[in-house]
Amino acid sequence: MTRNERRHLRNGLCFALPWLVGLSVFVLYPIGASLYFSFCDYSTLQPAVWIGADNYRALLADQVFYKSLYNTLFFAALSLPLGLIVSLSLAILLNTGVRGLTVFRTIFYLPALVPIVASAMLWLWMFNGQYGILNHFLQPLLDRISDVANGLLRLFGVDSRVALAAPTWLASPTWSKPALVLMSLWSVGGSMVIYLAGLQDVPTELYEAAEIDGAGWWRRIRHVTLPCLSPVIYFNLIIGIINVLQTFTTVYIMTGGPFGGTNGNPLRSTLFYALYLWQQAFEYLRMGYASAMAWLLFVIIAFLTLLAHKTAGRLVTYSG
Amino acid sequence: MEPRSSPGKALALLLLVIGSVIFAFPFLWLVSTSLKPNEQATAMPPRWIPKAYSAPVGGERVPVVKDHEIRSPSVIVRLTDGPRRGETVLIGREDCVDGKARIPVAGRTVWMPAEHVKDVLPGWWYVVEKRAGLADLQIETSARWDVVPADQIEERIAPAWANYPEAIRYMDAARTASGVQETSRWPVFFVYLRNTLTVCVLGVVGTLFSCSLAAYSLSKIPWRGRGVLFAVTLATMMVPFPVLMVPLYGVFKTLGWIGTLKPLWVPAFLGSGFNIFLMRQFFLTIPKDLTEAARIDGCSELGIFLRVVLPLSRPVLAVVALFHFLFAWNDFMQPLLYLTRQDTFTLSLGLQFYQSQQGGTDWSHLMAASTMVVVPIIVLFFFTQKTFIKGIATTGLKG
Repeated sequence: MTRNERRHLRNGLCFALPWLVGLSVFVLYPIGASLYFSFCDYSTLQPAVWIGADNYRALLADQVFYKSLYNTLFFAALSLPLGLIVSLSLAILLNTGVRGLTVFRTIFYLPALVPIVASAMLWLWMFNGQYGILNHFLQPLLDRISDVANGLLRLFGVDSRVALAAPTWLASPTWSKPALVLMSLWSVGGSMVIYLAGLQDVPTELYEAAEIDGAGWWRRIRHVTLPCLSPVIYFNLIIGIINVLQTFTTVYIMTGGPFGGTNGNPLRSTLFYALYLWQQAFEYLRMGYASAMAWLLFVIIAFLTLLAHKTAGRLVTYSG
Repeated sequence: MEPRSSPGKALALLLLVIGSVIFAFPFLWLVSTSLKPNEQATAMPPRWIPKAYSAPVGGERVPVVKDHEIRSPSVIVRLTDGPRRGETVLIGREDCVDGKARIPVAGRTVWMPAEHVKDVLPGWWYVVEKRAGLADLQIETSARWDVVPADQIEERIAPAWANYPEAIRYMDAARTASGVQETSRWPVFFVYLRNTLTVCVLGVVGTLFSCSLAAYSLSKIPWRGRGVLFAVTLATMMVPFPVLMVPLYGVFKTLGWIGTLKPLWVPAFLGSGFNIFLMRQFFLTIPKDLTEAARIDGCSELGIFLRVVLPLSRPVLAVVALFHFLFAWNDFMQPLLYLTRQDTFTLSLGLQFYQSQQGGTDWSHLMAASTMVVVPIIVLFFFTQKTFIKGIATTGLKG
């Protein structure tokens, strides 16, 4: 090693020293330790005891675990595509050259900035069964729809008494997850800003060429906008998968119980993966079991990311 | 896309206007609720504008709460005998016959001698005097009331600004109720605020310090092993927090930091993968000629870092600082995990604690408290809008 190389090595290590410490203590050690704990019976009160793959076997036999996995995937399967559609549509609309771009962009983006605890409070209030503003607007609409449906059916001689009732949202096992999806759509402004920036990078010549070829607005979106934007959409999809599977705070606060918590009310319909993991780790002190869950989550995330890579990844067009 | 046809543009504008109404709606409802007296927050049908009402009660015009509307013909009578003698009550007209009134006494209804005071028509309002300084939560049973025609009630627009200081006071009441020792004379809201700012500011300083150093090492110093370090940094970015959570808790417990703010800001001084990655990508765009020239001129590595690279990196430093501040302000999971005493809570945790203590009926004060947690972030956004929008775009596009 030359003197220069040695100097560079010394400087390089010195500059990276804080991160080397942080990486070891707060990242690498925890990764190793949790992998080890996942094969142990560990409650923090006593030293960890090696029990082999028992935690994993117990997990695969745990009905509540499957319930939490189902809830999380259900939520993800609704909120990710809907979030993509809403944020992309808004970005495309904003990119049509309308006036007041910054004002609109601010209005759509601000909800994404609201601290999650505060937005949980706000949506608890809006979903409230007794005084919630959502149902105050929804119920009259449903009444009108019911009337029309009844009128139509009576024309055909059917004695119909359709009476649509607004859902009770967070109080209903059927509607609790859709309610959370609705709430998640309010904060898609971050992705919208990203898509908008991506759209502004799309060369206008492409649109002009497409227009000369007689392409309408839908075909311009389908064959120019989406392909040009596909790397950005793909990246956001991956980040979205990683984040949505870790959803914790909203359910802890909104449906966790009267004081917040890990109940996932009603009837465990909002017991999400991260919530169940938290319950096992910090309420039942089953740290080994929770670590096994965490590693399984990691595997699930890796698997879904790979799946996205294999399927959506093929549709991504890179422009060189 | 720039459709030249104006119908297309008009349609886009229409859709955007509808969209903004929908997106702004929850915000407006938050602020509107936070400025209403609580009985108006839960009034049905809901109203957007907070009002103050006044009506004649016992001969003089006083501030009142519109309690309910009278639906059927009724009378007000004064009881002249019996255990509730002297009381004035509102009863249905059919409950008053021949100088006697049917009233509930000790769980059953009995007929009592009573004198007729006034007839009440459907559509009139039962109003209760609202005394200054009293919380809106319960209307005192001893408060004066009357029944008046709707046109005698005067109303004016009156935002209940007092909800904000009251919310701060109620958050403090939760402290006493939970048996936590008073450690400061400050209302607990300001203790939360101080804790949050501590975590945010120290976290930002720490992140800028550690991440820029590491990013410099990974982009500008050609040392053996930096490739490996960068690969490890990238790989660990993928690891979800729940994997780290249990052992991290153990680490901080060993250090004796559980129940203090340290787990929330000390790690920032030791770097974070994503921010290092972001800064490294930016540093790579600084021409090598600049750093090499400084090196040949005999400038030390630290000198190059401080005098050449950092001044050119303001945009990325601003983005990282802003995003870390936002993250620390919003974070709920880690404070929940590490903080045990109320006087170490951050605003997020404190707001949730307040909500869990007050039992979920006092919506206007809860919305006022929530607004106070939201507003600083919104103000920050308006002052740093350009950095924000550019930051999201770059982290999302190239990250």
